[in-house]
Amino acid sequence: MGEFEVHRVRFFAFLPSGVRCLARGPALALARLDGALELYGPTASGFQEKAIPGHEARATQALSWAAGGRLFGADLGGDVAEYDLQKLRIKYTVDGFGGPIWSLAADPGGTRLAIGCEDGSVKLFQVLPDKIQFERSLDQQKGRILSLSWHVSGTRIVAGSINHLRVYNVDSGRIVQRIRVERRLLSSHRRECVVWGVAFLSDGTVVSADSAGKVQFWDADKGTLLETHPVSSSAVLSLAVSEEEDSLVVGTSEGAVYQFQLLPVKRGSTESRWVRTKPFQHHTHDVRAVAHSRTALISGGLDAQLVIRPLMEKMHGQGYEAVLRKVTFPHRRLVSCARKARLLLFQFPQHLELWRLGATNAAGRDGEVLPVSRDPEHLLQLKSKGPDHICCSCISPCGGWIAYATASRLHLHRLQLENGSVVAIQRVPKLPKLLCPVYQLLYSADSSRLFVASDQGSVHVVQLLEPGGCKHLQTLCSPSGTAEAVQLLAVSADGDWLAATSSDWAINIYSLQQFKHHCTVPAYNCPVTAIAINPATNHLVIAHSDQQLFEFSIPEREYTAWSRGVQQHGLHKDWLERDTPIAHIAFNPRQPTQLLLHDTHMLCILDKSLPLPDDNTPLNNQAFLKQLSVKARRGHAHAFKICKKYQPLLFMDLLDEDCLVVVERPLTDIQAQLPPPVQQKKFGT
Amino acid sequence: MVAQEQLRVVRCGGSKLNGSRAAFSADAKYLLCATGDFVKVYSTTTEECIHILQGHTNLVTGIQLNPQNHLQTFVVGYKIFAFYCLAGSDDSGFVIIPKNNEEASDSFQLALVRLTKAPGQEVETKELSLILDDIDYSPKCTAFGREGEYVASVRGLHLRVYFFKKKKTHSFPLSARTVKGANNYFTCVACHPKEDCIASGHKDGKIRLWRNFTHKKEYTFSAMHWHHSAVMDLAFTVEGTNLLSGGFESVLVQWRDVSESKKEFLPRLGSTIEHISVSPDGTLCCTSHTENKITIIQSNLRVSAVIQGLVKGSSVKTGLVVDPRTKALVLNGKPGHLQFFCLQSDKQLYSLDIVQQEYINQAGLSQTDLVKAAFSAQGNWLATVEQRQEKESDLELQMKLWVYDEQMQSFKLSTRVNMPHEDHVTALCFRDTDGVEDGIPTLVTAAKDGRFKVWVTVDESDTDKQSVGWICDFVGSYHNYQADNCCFSEDGSLLAVSFEEIVTVWDSETWDLKCTFCHPPGKTWSLCFGRLSCSKYLLGTTDHGFLCCWNLLNCALEWSTQLGVIVLQPDPLSENIAAVSCISEGSDLFVFRPNEPRPLCIQKNVCRGKVQCAVFIPRNVPETVGSEKYQWLSRSQLYFLTETQELMTFSTKSPEMRLTPSSKQLASEESLPMTPFYVLLGKHREQQQLKMDADLGKPVVHSHSTQSSPAVKELLHTPAHVLPSATFLCSIFINSLLISKENKSNGEVANEVEMESEKAEDESDEDIDHTAMEEDPKLTEFWGEMTPKLSKSQEKELRKIRKTDFSWISAL
Repeated sequence: MGEFEVHRVRFFAFLPSGVRCLARGPALALARLDGALELYGPTASGFQEKAIPGHEARATQALSWAAGGRLFGADLGGDVAEYDLQKLRIKYTVDGFGGPIWSLAADPGGTRLAIGCEDGSVKLFQVLPDKIQFERSLDQQKGRILSLSWHVSGTRIVAGSINHLRVYNVDSGRIVQRIRVERRLLSSHRRECVVWGVAFLSDGTVVSADSAGKVQFWDADKGTLLETHPVSSSAVLSLAVSEEEDSLVVGTSEGAVYQFQLLPVKRGSTESRWVRTKPFQHHTHDVRAVAHSRTALISGGLDAQLVIRPLMEKMHGQGYEAVLRKVTFPHRRLVSCARKARLLLFQFPQHLELWRLGATNAAGRDGEVLPVSRDPEHLLQLKSKGPDHICCSCISPCGGWIAYATASRLHLHRLQLENGSVVAIQRVPKLPKLLCPVYQLLYSADSSRLFVASDQGSVHVVQLLEPGGCKHLQTLCSPSGTAEAVQLLAVSADGDWLAATSSDWAINIYSLQQFKHHCTVPAYNCPVTAIAINPATNHLVIAHSDQQLFEFSIPEREYTAWSRGVQQHGLHKDWLERDTPIAHIAFNPRQPTQLLLHDTHMLCILDKSLPLPDDNTPLNNQAFLKQLSVKARRGHAHAFKICKKYQPLLFMDLLDEDCLVVVERPLTDIQAQLPPPVQQKKFGT
Repeated sequence: MVAQEQLRVVRCGGSKLNGSRAAFSADAKYLLCATGDFVKVYSTTTEECIHILQGHTNLVTGIQLNPQNHLQTFVVGYKIFAFYCLAGSDDSGFVIIPKNNEEASDSFQLALVRLTKAPGQEVETKELSLILDDIDYSPKCTAFGREGEYVASVRGLHLRVYFFKKKKTHSFPLSARTVKGANNYFTCVACHPKEDCIASGHKDGKIRLWRNFTHKKEYTFSAMHWHHSAVMDLAFTVEGTNLLSGGFESVLVQWRDVSESKKEFLPRLGSTIEHISVSPDGTLCCTSHTENKITIIQSNLRVSAVIQGLVKGSSVKTGLVVDPRTKALVLNGKPGHLQFFCLQSDKQLYSLDIVQQEYINQAGLSQTDLVKAAFSAQGNWLATVEQRQEKESDLELQMKLWVYDEQMQSFKLSTRVNMPHEDHVTALCFRDTDGVEDGIPTLVTAAKDGRFKVWVTVDESDTDKQSVGWICDFVGSYHNYQADNCCFSEDGSLLAVSFEEIVTVWDSETWDLKCTFCHPPGKTWSLCFGRLSCSKYLLGTTDHGFLCCWNLLNCALEWSTQLGVIVLQPDPLSENIAAVSCISEGSDLFVFRPNEPRPLCIQKNVCRGKVQCAVFIPRNVPETVGSEKYQWLSRSQLYFLTETQELMTFSTKSPEMRLTPSSKQLASEESLPMTPFYVLLGKHREQQQLKMDADLGKPVVHSHSTQSSPAVKELLHTPAHVLPSATFLCSIFINSLLISKENKSNGEVANEVEMESEKAEDESDEDIDHTAMEEDPKLTEFWGEMTPKLSKSQEKELRKIRKTDFSWISAL
C-alpha cells in the first residue's frame, strides 16, 4: 500500500463550543454557546447538514420549531430570531421587551410562540407567514422564567421559575396554579431551587427538573406532587419527553443522562408508573440540552459533545442506525492546506492562523518517529473584523492567496512569501458585491481561480490577478433552480471540471472550459459529506453520510464499473457502522487506483484494484496481514487499509507523492480547557 | 433382647445453620432452619431451639411453608435442591432436580410436581413435568413472581422468565463485561410480590430491576449499586415496598420503595450475609451469615435476636479446648474471638473477644490471629497467644492472661505480655495446682526460639486495688533446639518439654533438668503424661509415626509402636488415652491405657481424611455403657474435628435412641422455652411441696406446674392492657401457688403429665409441623428395660433435669 512520511500536526488549538439547546422538528437543531446553529439530519445519521456560524453578541438560549418547518431562536439579548434555513442566516429578529429571554416554546399547532423572560413575564407571539407579531403578555410574576411547556390542547402553559412552577391559562392570561418546589425535604439551608426544565403531558401531569437534582411529577389541576425521583446530588438541567409520552430523558450537571419510562405496574393493568431505567454517562460536564426522538436519546453538553444514543428496543436488529454516535467536531473543513508551499491555514471562530509545517532531513523505516530539523512555525494570525464569526476559509495551493468569509462579506488577501516566511500581506480591495453570501471557498489547482459557493445553487468563478486583484469571471447556476446553498466544491486537477453539492444533496458538474452545466449526478437520497475529483481519470468520488461510496465518471456521465461493483457487492458492515462521516478524500498520485479517505477516527486507503471484503473477514486486518508471508498476504488482502493511529483526526491531505499531513486534536487537550467538572465521590478512591 | 452395642461416629451439633434460607412460621413466632440432616425450630423471641424435626437421612436443602396451610411445612432433602410452592395451587409444587436424576450431572432443571394429599409425612410423587431446563441448582437463582404468573431463573449471564399462562420463555442476556469492567454475572434473583418487577443481584454488586419483561424486546432495567462485591441474596418484603440485599460487606441494605436514593443500612452484622428471608406477616426478617449465625431483624432494622451456631473458621488454630468451669468446648470463633460452645444445648454460650481489634473486611489483609489458648485446671485462668505476621521477618506476638471474674461471670484481662518469645509459640500449658501446697498458678510456654518460659503470678496489689500480675520466672532451653511441646504431669511435679528430637523432663520446683529421652529418633509431635495409676508414664509421638511410652521411674522406653499417630489426647478423668492415626485415607481411633499391652478399643476409619484435633469432654452424668469395650465412653466423651471442620463424636446408642429426647421436648406446653420466670414458678411450687426446705443449689424443675394452674395461665396469656388491677389478681395468683389437697404419687403425676402433653400436642393450634416425631412406645419400653434400677418416673425426672438449662441461675 505504500509508505508515507507523515506530518503529525497537533498545534491546531481548536476549541469546540458547548451545546446550549436542542430542538427536534423536521431536523435536529442545535445551538452552541457561541451562538452557532447546526442542523442535523432527520435520519439518525448524526451528520451536520447545515451550519450557521455564530455571532459575538448572540447567546441563543432556546430554539423552537414552528409550523412550516420554521425555526425560531431566543437569546439573552432579548431578541427572538427566525432562521433562514436555505440562506443559512438570520432572517429577522424581534425584540421581546422583557429583558433576556431564557425560554421559548411553540404551541402544539406551531402557530404561537411563548417566550419566558428575565422580568418574569411570559409573552405570546403569533407566527405569521413572514414574521412574528406580539399577541399578549401573560400575568407577570417575580423571578425569571427558565422553562416553558405547552399543554397539547394549547390552552395551558406551564412555566418553571425560581422555586415555583406556574400554570397559566392562555385565554385569560391568568395563573391557574402555582406550585412551590422545595429544594430539599428538610430544607435547612435556604437556597433557591431553579426549575430548569418542565414538560406538560397530555394527561395533565407536569414534569419538572430542578437544581436540587429532583425530577418531580405534579398534578397540574390539583397542584399536588405525584412522584419524586431524586436523580442527582447536583442539578438536573434539561428535560425532554418522547412523542408517545411513555418515556422521558433528563440531563444532569454531572454529565449523566437518565431515562424514565412509564411502565405498567402489572401486565394487563392500567396502572402505570414512571420508573427511572437507564443511566448513561457519555458527558463529563453539564448536559444542558436533551432531546428524545422516537428511536434515540439525544444529549448535548458543555463538553461540546452531541451524543445520539439509539434505544435498542426500538431498533430492528443491528445496523447503521443502531450505533451510538458522538459528534464533537464540526463536519465542516476547518483546515486548508497549501500543498506546494507546505502551509496550513486553521480557521477559528474569529481569526485565522497560518502555520508552516516543520521539516526533517532524516529518513526512517515504517513506524519510526523522525527527528524534526525545522520546527513548525506560526506565520500569521489574521483577525476578522466585525461581530460575525468566520464561516469558511481557504488558502491557495501556492500559498499566495488567503480567502475567508463571514456572514456579511468575503475577504481576500494576497500573501507574499519568501523562504517560507511572510513578507507582506495585502488585502485585495473592491471585491465584487454579488459574491455574497459565501458558503464555501476553493482555489483551482494552479491557484489562478477562486470558486465561491453561494446561495441558490450558484458558484461564482473569480479570476485572481497579479499582483493583487481579482475579476469576476462567471457565475455557474444550477439548472434545477434550487433555493439551497452550495455546500461542497471540488475542482479537477486539470482545471476543466467543477463539482458542486448543494444542501438538497444534488451534485452538479460544470465544465470550466465553457462555463456551463455539464451534468448532474443521479440523485442519492442522503447528504454528501465529501467529494473529490481523481486527477488521473477525472472520476468524481462521492462519500455520503450513510457511509456509501460512489465513483462517477465525469467524461462518461455515468457511475464507473467499480462503483457499480461496490453497490452490487455491498460495503463491509463494520464500514457502514462507523459513526463519523468521511470528511475528506484525496488521491495517491503514484497509484491512481488508491483513494485516501478519513473520518474522525480513522485514515483509510482504499485500493480499487483489490477485491472488496465480505462481512466474514475482518475489515481492519493489517495486524493479521503483517504476520503472514508475502505470498499469503496477497490472498487475504482486500481493498480497505485502515489506520487508526491518529485520533481524533480533523484533517488529512497529501502534500506530494509520499508526504502526508494529518491534523489531530486530542480530546484531553479540549477537556483541559474546560472548567473542572462537578466533584463526584468515586468508590475506592 | 439387648441389641449388640456398636460404636458409631455421629454428628454432634454445631452443624451449619446457614446452608439454606431459613423459613418463618406464619405468625413469625418460630423460625425453621435447616441444620445438617435436621430442621431446628427456634423461637424468634427467645432464640431458644424449641424442637428438632427429623426424618431426613441426608442434608436438608430447603424449607418451604405451605401457603395454603400455614400449619404445614415442606422440607426437602438432598437430591432435590430446592422446593417452591405457590399460593394459588395447593396440589402442585416445583422442585429443582438434577437432569436425568443423575447425581453427577451438572445441569439442573425446574420441574412441576403434583402433590398428593397423603396423611403421612413423606410425599411420594411420580408425576414430573419440566418447566425450565439448564438452570442453576441454587434456590436463590430461581424465584416465582406475582401470583405465580411467571418464574424467573438466572444462570451465568442470562435471566430467563417463563410465563405459565402463555407457556413461553423470554431470555434476557447481559454482556459478559462492559468497558467499565463491570462483572455482570447473576448471583441471585427475587420477584416483586405485587408488581411485574424482577430484582437480580450480580457479581459486581449491582442490583438490576427488570421491568416490562412481558415484552421480549421492550424490556427495561435499572441498576442500583451500593455493594462493592457480589450480592449474595435479595428479598422483597411482603408488600414489595422494600427490597433487602446483603453480601460480603456484612451490611443489610434496605432499599425503600425499591429506589436507589432511599436506602437504609444495618451495618456490622459480623460476617457475610448468605441468605435473607422475610416473615410472612412482615414483622421480621432474618439473615444467615457465614459464621454460622442467624440474625433476626425487625422491620425497623433493629436486631432482635441472634441464633449463633458453632463458628467454623478456615482453621482451628487453638485446637479443641475444654473450659473446666462450664465444660464447654472452646475454640477459635469469629476472627480474634474465642468461642465457648455448649455441646449439650448445641449453642454458643458466649464469645470472648481476645484480640480486641476491629476486624477489617478486606481480602489479602493480614489480621491478628488467635493461635493458642489454655485454661488452668479450675478454669480460673485463661492464657491466649495471638500473632500477626505480614512478612517473614515481621512477627507480632502477644500473650494475654485472663482471670475469671465471678461477678462478671466472664474472663477479664489480667496481664498482657508483648513478644513473650522471639518466635512462634508452639505450646502452652498450666500446672495443675490442686495437689500442690503453695498453689501459685504457673504457666509454661514453649516457642520456636528454643526456649521455654515459666510464668508465675505475683501480687501487684496496692492500697486500694487488688490485682495479680504475671512475670517470667524461669527461662529454660536445651542446646538451642526449638521447643515444640510442653506438658505437666498430673500432680504438677514434672514438666516435660520436647526439643525437636529430644524430650526433656524438668522438676517443676527447682526447674532442674531431670532426664532426657531421645529414642527412637524423630521430631516429637505431641507429648502427654499418663494419669492416675499410669502417671509414671510419659507418652510422645514422633514424625515417623512412632508412639513411644517411657517409664519415668527407670527412665527407659517402656514400649513403642509405629502407628502413624497424628492426635494424642488423654482423658482427664481416667487413665485412657485416645490416639488417632492416619495411615491411608481414613483416620483410625485407638483407645489404650499406657500400662496395658492391648488397646481398649480400636475403631477403624472414623472419618475421611485427617482428624484435626480431638478432646475428651467430661460428661455431666456418667452414662451407663453396657459393653465393657466401650466403658471408656462412660465418664467422658471424645469429640473430634475432621478436615472439613465437622465436629463428630462417638456414641454407642442406636440412632433411634439418640433421637428420643428431642421428641420428648415437645411435651412442654405450647413448646414454650424455659424462661427464668417459668422455672421460678415451677420451683416455687416444688419448694412448697418439699415443705420449703429444698436447698437452692439443687434446682428442681417441674414443667407441669404451670399447666395445672388456670390462674397463672390466665395471667400469662392475657394481654397486659386488658388485665384487671394487680391487687385483684394477687389473691388468685397466691391461691394458685398453694398446695392442692389431692395427693397423687409422683409416678402418677408424671404419667398424667405425659398424657396431657400428648393431648396438648395434638390439639395445639401452635403446632406448626406435621412431621414432628410421635413418641414411640416401644422405645420407652426398651429404655426402661435398659435401666432397671430406676423407676420410669424417676428416670423421666432425671432426664428432664438434664435437659434443663440452668445457666440462667448463675446469672442470678
